[in-house]
Amino acid sequence: MLKDNDRIFQNLYNDLGSDVISSQKRGDWVNTKDLTNKGRDWIINEIKDSQLRGRGGAGFPTGLKWSFAPKEVGSRPHYLVINGDESEPGTCKDRDILRFEPHKLIEGCLIASYAIQAHVCYIYIRGEYFVDGQKLQTAIDEAYEKKLIGKNAAGTGWDLDIYIHYGAGAYICGEETALLESIEGKKGQPRLKPPFPALIGLYGCPTIINNVETIAVVPTILRRGGKWFASLGREKNTGTKIFCISGNVNSPCNVEEEMNIPLKELIEVHAGGVVGGWDNLQAVIPGGSSMPLIPKEKCETLTMDFDSLVAEKSGLGTAGVVVINKDQDIIKCMARIARFYKHESCGQCTPCREGSGWMWRMLERMARGEASKDEVDMLGDVTKQIEGHTICAFGEGSSWPVQGLLRHFGDEIKKRNKFDPIIKESKNIPYLIDQHLLDKNA
Amino acid sequence: MSLKRPAKDQPENFAFNSSSLEEANNIVARYPKGKQQSAVMALLYIAQRQNNNWIPLVAMKYIAKFLDMPYIKVYEVATFYSMYNLSPVGKYFVQVCTTTPCMIRGANKLVEACKEKISKNESELSKDKSCSWIEVECLGACVNAPMMQINEDYYEDLNKEKTLEILDKILKDEKPKPGSFRGRINNEPENNRKTLMDLKNA
Repeated sequence: MLKDNDRIFQNLYNDLGSDVISSQKRGDWVNTKDLTNKGRDWIINEIKDSQLRGRGGAGFPTGLKWSFAPKEVGSRPHYLVINGDESEPGTCKDRDILRFEPHKLIEGCLIASYAIQAHVCYIYIRGEYFVDGQKLQTAIDEAYEKKLIGKNAAGTGWDLDIYIHYGAGAYICGEETALLESIEGKKGQPRLKPPFPALIGLYGCPTIINNVETIAVVPTILRRGGKWFASLGREKNTGTKIFCISGNVNSPCNVEEEMNIPLKELIEVHAGGVVGGWDNLQAVIPGGSSMPLIPKEKCETLTMDFDSLVAEKSGLGTAGVVVINKDQDIIKCMARIARFYKHESCGQCTPCREGSGWMWRMLERMARGEASKDEVDMLGDVTKQIEGHTICAFGEGSSWPVQGLLRHFGDEIKKRNKFDPIIKESKNIPYLIDQHLLDKNA
Repeated sequence: MSLKRPAKDQPENFAFNSSSLEEANNIVARYPKGKQQSAVMALLYIAQRQNNNWIPLVAMKYIAKFLDMPYIKVYEVATFYSMYNLSPVGKYFVQVCTTTPCMIRGANKLVEACKEKISKNESELSKDKSCSWIEVECLGACVNAPMMQINEDYYEDLNKEKTLEILDKILKDEKPKPGSFRGRINNEPENNRKTLMDLKNA
């Protein structure tokens, strides 16, 4: 288990208070000036050395992302945008940072803004977290009062203004370009990339977008050194991470742990075990709802980091671990996730808009045992038609959990759905959309 | 993208009151000059709070004028995001999370409780028109499942009995205390804390 003094978020359970004075006692804002005095290149190199990867789901190296910002500020100002639109089912880590460790986030904003030469930072918080956003606003007001941000922030000679922008209940705004559209006061529909936001982002200006957790760990990394952070976890999957363990466990919780921790330890030690014992485990969704589930057999030895989960055809995502035990109907669980994606699709790309509803309706029928045998293959085909055919990664996000279900619980679906197909013989009709499915049987 | 329809009975006038106006001006000042359209989401939310939890069409027209942008753009935003209510929802708007992490911990019991106490169908006002309920997608408090949101506050770690108690209170126009209803502190593992022990009760 990670040593307590290596935990970055000491106030994760709010034992110590989140105001500026108690935060300073924990080490926030202590020598911010010394850190920025070492220069932009030092900051970016130190973050690169730490091998910090973005905590929002995609796991992109943060130091590399920062180095994409133009070296000189041209006619257009630079912006820093913090993504706190935490809406992935199973994930609730950013909420605790917003309400209990706001000064870590604000200090991180200052350092990151300095590194990418931004004078304005917008923090995008999902609208439902209004109360938690108010707590962050209180912390921002405190920081202004103590001259930690504003003109000559914390004595660094850098001017920085931080504003909160509330969302209004759209999961898609967690996608970075949709988030920018939303800040610009439009519908949250993702933009095509390229151009990437680092060059053309908010209001057409260079913009760096980072997750709340990514930015909040930056000050501690710089204080204790990139080497310290890189010594935790394993190569390319370094540091600590807040895991949210929910679902059928005895004590669901958020806990900060080292990367590469065994999943079994996470569930058995921190979350008090699976309801009904380890043998009652059915499957685990390892990284928020958009990541394919992992069946019990693999959970025994699985370790939780970006690369080892990719090797299992899943992903760490946001590290929202949803534990599903054998009392649950796995098809129904996935049908509910499909309904989530149907509800949250922004409607811009046809494959996702139509496909997400299609998958949901099929899964609902499969859960009731009303589908025909061939529909299992058809469902797999629909997921393949969505994946990779949309502007943003939401298409993948909606089809991966269904693919995971088909991969690991395909037999279960087939056992329950025994109706004969409506079209029994395969015919060579060229205008059928699923022609290639029929070809396979021929 | 959810289906939303504006209410049939629409008021004829809408204008920000003085406190809303001050708040709105503060928000517009956060964005660069000429980019005042950015404030539309916040302004819609202010209008919603001022107008008893819902946004009439005249308020959208008012905001469009206020921000010097086409009305249809405001309408687009108001219909795209799910938190804007386009028809009356009552003084207390109950949102029950039923996405998978809550579902597997018994969110359907919360829905049952709402059906018993408030109204048979979702988005339907209670008899005294003071509240309504709706099933929503993940509210981001998954380790405190099952949970629901009433207006801006989160009520966590619920079961059917606790939900009935809460609903009884709001139907009497009292505001119950938000937070966990199993007595746990925030997101800590109940009776099983293994980390940061020396800070506990510090």
